[in-house]
Amino acid sequence: MRLARVSLIWAVLAAAILVPIGLAATSPQLEWRGPIYIVAGFAGIIALGLVLVQPLLIAGYLPGLSGYRGRRAHYWIGGALVVTVVIHVGGLWITSPPDMIDALLFTSPTPFSPFGVIAMWAIFAVAVLAATRQLLGLRPRTWRIAHMSLAVLIVVGIVVHGMLIEGTMETMSKTALCALVLAAGIKVMVDLRVFRKGATPRGENPAGDAR
Amino acid sequence: MTTIIFNRRNLLAAGGTALAAGISGLLLPARAAGLSPTSSMSGGSNNYQKGAAIVDRIGKGGFWMSGTVRRAGDGAPLAKQRIQIWAHTTEGQEHEPQSHGATLTDKDGKFRLEMPQIIPIFGQPHGHLAYDSGEFQTVFLRPVMRSARDKSLEAHFVLQPA
Repeated sequence: MRLARVSLIWAVLAAAILVPIGLAATSPQLEWRGPIYIVAGFAGIIALGLVLVQPLLIAGYLPGLSGYRGRRAHYWIGGALVVTVVIHVGGLWITSPPDMIDALLFTSPTPFSPFGVIAMWAIFAVAVLAATRQLLGLRPRTWRIAHMSLAVLIVVGIVVHGMLIEGTMETMSKTALCALVLAAGIKVMVDLRVFRKGATPRGENPAGDAR
Repeated sequence: MTTIIFNRRNLLAAGGTALAAGISGLLLPARAAGLSPTSSMSGGSNNYQKGAAIVDRIGKGGFWMSGTVRRAGDGAPLAKQRIQIWAHTTEGQEHEPQSHGATLTDKDGKFRLEMPQIIPIFGQPHGHLAYDSGEFQTVFLRPVMRSARDKSLEAHFVLQPA
């Protein structure tokens, strides 16, 4: 029974991320795109998938990756998320510099661009904070509120960005993945009682929070 | 959960429509005092290459870009005006020379140029048009297709003297 549950969780997670990637790989749009543009697009899709994994890891919902291992994985996948975003933005910059510059300056005609750019800065900000929080001597509560506020921007930003884009992703699988990203983000926020005063996350030792 | 997503999207679409309606509302009173000039659209000049040649057709064709060119104020049609057109199509990216071409307006101020099928680039299926010939002020347009399957797209210019 337990094994069935574990297998189910991992199977659903794998499908939620791999099916959209697989369907995007069959998109007719790819025929008209150069390799750098294609890589940039898929980096964005992978980033969306990683944003689904992140809350699940930190809340310990993924079998075999709870507690310390979950937090370590969350830390490294956060780094991977930065890499995918850099590839996404860098690849689009090479493909069409003026369009990318417009997006970064918030002067783009496309409604989804600002959401993506805000999510990008929030991802970079979390990464910088995570790397320097001990140096800065951030208190756990300060760190938590900063990270979670940025996490809200990341989740909302990346979902709206993805949903409004007309690109290689197939609509149903994209919608399902975005719905799961939102659902996972909201559930973890609620379960960890992130914004409740004086709260410590469920099942986590407050002392362990310092790392 | 799916419903929530669609609601969010609809909400954004509704917001955009309201914004567009608001903007056209602002523009309408100007029309009463004479036809106001078209402003360049944001991103309109992206990947512009000055001096695209006048052609009968861009590439193998199959898609029609059309529109009108009129004079600000009285709205008189402007003949023999050069309109430059480029887009990401099935035959090339926006910055590639084979994706660019130009055409002239007829005596009614209308233009029409066949070009390869436009496909979505940077998340939206769109074309680019420029009036950049000096006699009137330069205008760059960036119309978006209602659907990526559309076989035509329109853009209209109202020009004011340079």
